Amino acid sequence: MFILAMIAVLVALSLAVFRALAGPNVFDRLLAANFIGTLAIMLLAVLGFLNGRPEFLDVGLVYAFLNITGTYAVLKFFRYGALGGEAPPNEEDENRKGFSGVHKT
Amino acid sequence: MIIADVISWVMIIVGSFFLVVGAIGLIRMPDIFTRMHALSVSETMGVGFLLGGMMVQAGFTLVAFKLICLFVLLFFTSPIASHAISRAAMADGVEPVLDGPEIDARSDKHDMPLEDRRKTTTAIDADEAELSASVLVEDEEIEKGEK
Repeated sequence: MFILAMIAVLVALSLAVFRALAGPNVFDRLLAANFIGTLAIMLLAVLGFLNGRPEFLDVGLVYAFLNITGTYAVLKFFRYGALGGEAPPNEEDENRKGFSGVHKT
Repeated sequence: MIIADVISWVMIIVGSFFLVVGAIGLIRMPDIFTRMHALSVSETMGVGFLLGGMMVQAGFTLVAFKLICLFVLLFFTSPIASHAISRAAMADGVEPVLDGPEIDARSDKHDMPLEDRRKTTTAIDADEAELSASVLVEDEEIEKGEK
């Protein structure tokens, strides 16, 4: 039965990888990357149960923390243009819009 | 034991279904906000049911506690990440794909009521005009055929 869960996770993973490669702008790619991180955690958990060694769950816990931290790091980089040391930009500033560059504003 | 097995199998099957459905939505949906809407299904229901099925398999052990930790972590962090991504996309000027009358959805107009945010462009009116024109053409063709 864990085989079925493994197949489902792998199918979802391939679809998410397609979206991450084809996504029209950086936020689509980031959304897909976040989902890929979640699926990696599920893959680790299912693999642990499939092999009868659930110790992989510790790795999954670390991955969960890394996932949210990485998403926030990339988001902060694309909003502020830097990862630290700057004041938050003005929300009303028109020049700041379209910083991610790919889509039209 | 058989009952626990059946419960965990059903939960794993349901979780797998929701995972794949959310991933298909990620491919099929037109813009980032609807993709996020589709992904939230698999990030809560899919992951929750899969981890729940594994929890039933594990019983009252340390493994089940780790699974509960993982579930709580994912259950709280994935909506936060989705909210941050959508807010960043909105602030960056990504326009939602809207059907019907266009709504000016930029971040500096959140305070305005929805009616004022509707642009006066007439997407629906244009569609209706096109439709009535095609109906007229069809009527003419029918009349020609009768003559």
